[in-house]
Amino acid sequence: MAGRPKLAVFKFASCDGCQLSLLDCEDELLAVAAEVEIANFLEASRAVAKGPYDLALVEGSITTPHDAERIQAVRRSARFLVTIGACATAGGIQALRNFARVQDYTSAVYASPEYISTLDASTPIAQHVRVDFEMRGCPISKAQLLETLSALLRGRRPQLPTYSVCLECKRRGTVCVTAARGIPCLGPVTQAGCGALCPAYQRGCYGCFGPMESPNTASLGWRFEELGVARPDLVRAFRTFNAYAPPFRAASEAYEHERP
Amino acid sequence: MSTNGRSQTVNVEALARVEGEGGLRVVLRGGKVADVQLRIYEPPRFFEAFLRGRRFDEAPDLTARICGICPVAYQMSAVHAMEAAFGVGVERPIRELRRLLYCGEWIESHALHIYLLHAPDFLGYASAIHMSRDHPEAVQRGLALKKAGNDAMVLLGGREIHPVNVRVGGFYRAPSRRELQPLVASLERARDIARETIPWVAGFDFPEFEQDYEFVALRHPAEYPLCEGRLVSNRGLDIAVSEFEEHFVEEHVRHSNALHCVHKGRGAYHVGPLARYSLNFDRLPPAVQAAAREAGLGPVCRNPFKSIVVRAVETLYACEEALRIIAEYEPPDHPAAPVVPREGVGHGCSEAPRGILYHRYRLDPQGLITAARIVPPTSQNQRTIENDLRELVPTQLGLPKDELTWRCEQAVRNYDPCISCATHSLRVDVVDE
Repeated sequence: MAGRPKLAVFKFASCDGCQLSLLDCEDELLAVAAEVEIANFLEASRAVAKGPYDLALVEGSITTPHDAERIQAVRRSARFLVTIGACATAGGIQALRNFARVQDYTSAVYASPEYISTLDASTPIAQHVRVDFEMRGCPISKAQLLETLSALLRGRRPQLPTYSVCLECKRRGTVCVTAARGIPCLGPVTQAGCGALCPAYQRGCYGCFGPMESPNTASLGWRFEELGVARPDLVRAFRTFNAYAPPFRAASEAYEHERP
Repeated sequence: MSTNGRSQTVNVEALARVEGEGGLRVVLRGGKVADVQLRIYEPPRFFEAFLRGRRFDEAPDLTARICGICPVAYQMSAVHAMEAAFGVGVERPIRELRRLLYCGEWIESHALHIYLLHAPDFLGYASAIHMSRDHPEAVQRGLALKKAGNDAMVLLGGREIHPVNVRVGGFYRAPSRRELQPLVASLERARDIARETIPWVAGFDFPEFEQDYEFVALRHPAEYPLCEGRLVSNRGLDIAVSEFEEHFVEEHVRHSNALHCVHKGRGAYHVGPLARYSLNFDRLPPAVQAAAREAGLGPVCRNPFKSIVVRAVETLYACEEALRIIAEYEPPDHPAAPVVPREGVGHGCSEAPRGILYHRYRLDPQGLITAARIVPPTSQNQRTIENDLRELVPTQLGLPKDELTWRCEQAVRNYDPCISCATHSLRVDVVDE
C-alpha cells in the first residue's frame, strides 16, 4: 500500500457538512479510498497516521486562539492544502460576529463572559496560512469535490467555474425567476457550482457559493430595490454564509450605512 | 492510559467517528471511577446571538448550518416553531412531504452511523474503510442504504446537505406524483437492505449493560414521531412542547463547550432512538414490530449498546413510511400556506436522528427574531453519556488498556453524538488553564 498519496481532513469551526460530502460520495468512496491513503480523517476513522500529508482538506474557519495556532501546524504538515466550503474559504456563517461586538453577544447571553475565550472575528483559512486551492459552497458540491481530488491526484489544476449561477440556470433550462416571476435572486453575483438549485425550486439563489469573479453587487441591489426589497432585507441577503467574502461584505456594509 | 499505582486515566484526546470535536477523560482511583468528563472543545458559533434581528423566514436555512448531518431536523423544528408563533396550519400533503424529507434524513443519518461509524467498533476495525477489506458486501450495502436516504433529500430538497426547498408554511416547490416515482425503486431496495441490517447488527456481541434511564421523546396520537406530538417520558412527563423550559434546564460545566441539559427535578435523561422506540413501540407498524421482535428486541430497550439495532429498526420504519407517503401522495393546492408574521413566541420540537431538537423564538410584529433558544439532542445526552461511562468502566477493568479505551469510545458512539450541534452557540465556558 506504500506510495499512495496521504490524505488528511481537518476540522475547525463548522457544521461538519463539507467533510460529510466526502462520505456522501457513496458510489465513489471506496474507489477514492483505494487511490489515496486516508491517513487522518477523524469523522470516519480512529486510525490516525502521522504527517506529513500529501493533501489536506480543511473545513471550518478560525475562531479561537487555539485554532489560530493549530492551523499553522496543519499547514506545516501538508504539502497541498485545500479549503473546503464557505467556512474555510470565507469565514462561514459564524463570521456574522464580525459585524457585531463579540462582547455584546457574550454579555447578553452569559453570566460569566470573562470565562469565554474566543476571537472577535471568524476568519478564513487563507487569512492565516497559504492556501493552495479553495472550494466554495455551503456545502461544497460533491461533483466539485471529486473533480478537485482527481485533478490533484493527476497533477492538474481542478476545473471549477468562476462565472455566475445565471449560466447554470441557462444550461439547465430554468426560466429566470427574477425576470419571469419578480423573485429577488442573488444568482447574478453568486459563483456557480451548486447546479442552480434554488431557481429550479422556484426560489431565488441565496448565495451559498459566495461572490463570482466580477460581481456587480450595486446593479443587483438596484434591481432588488426595484422589486421592493427594503434596505435591511438587502443587508441581510448579502450577510449569510459568505458574509465576510469581500464583495458581499462591501455590499452589505454599503446598504447598511448609505442613505437610500 | 497512564498508570501510577492506584490511579489510572483513560484519555481519548480526540474522539473519532463522531460529528465534531470532543475528547473523553475517565479517571480511576483504587479500581473505582473517580471522574468522567466528556470534553467538548468544538468552538462555539454564536447561533442564538446572531439569530437576533434576522427575519423569521431565514431561520430554517440559518439554523440548518448548525449541523451538516441533520439539517432537516433544524429546518423542521424551525418551521414548526414559526408556524406555532403565527398560528399557521398546513394542509396534509405538506405535512406528508415534510415527513418524507425527514425519513430521507433518518435513513441517511442512521445508515451512516450503523455502517460507517458504529459497526466498525463491534467488528474490531478502525473505520468502515478498513472494514470493507473483510466485509465489502456489508459496506456496499450500507452505502446503498445511505444513498437511498440522500436520494429522497436530493429530490425533495435539492441537495442532501442543507436542502433548499423548505420554507415556513411548506415548500418553495411541491413535487408532482410522477416526480416522486423514481424514489420508489431506491426506497424498496433500501427497505430490503434495512430488513437485512436488523439481524446483522443484532448478531453483534453486546455487553450486558441495562440502565434505568428516564427516556424522553415525542409521542403522537397515531404515528411514530417525527415532527409533532407531546413530550413524554417513562417517569410520567407528559407536556406540550411549549412547556419544555418549565421542566428542563441547561447547566454549565467547566469541561465542556456545550451545556448539559437536565430535567429540573430528576437530572439526566436519555433522548434518541432508544427513547423514541421504548416510548413509541406501539406506534410502529406491525411488520416493523415483528422485525424488531425477531431480532430479540422487546418493546423497551435499555441497553445503549443495542442502539445500533434500534437504529436499524427505525431505518426500516423510515423506508416503509417513505414508501407509504409516496403511494398515498396527492400534491397540495399550494406548495406553502400563507404566512403573516405577528408578535409572539413559537416553540418547535422534532425528532432529529439523535433525539429531540427544541427551538423557541420570540418575534416582533414584523417577524424579526428578538430571542432564540435551541437545545439539540447531544446537549441533552451529555450527562447520560458520562453516567454510562461511570457505570460501564468498573465492569470492564479486566480489559487491556487499549481495549478499555476503545470500549469507552464505543460507549460514547452509542449516542451518535453530534458535537457540532451541541456547540452551536456560545453556551460555553472555555477556561484558560
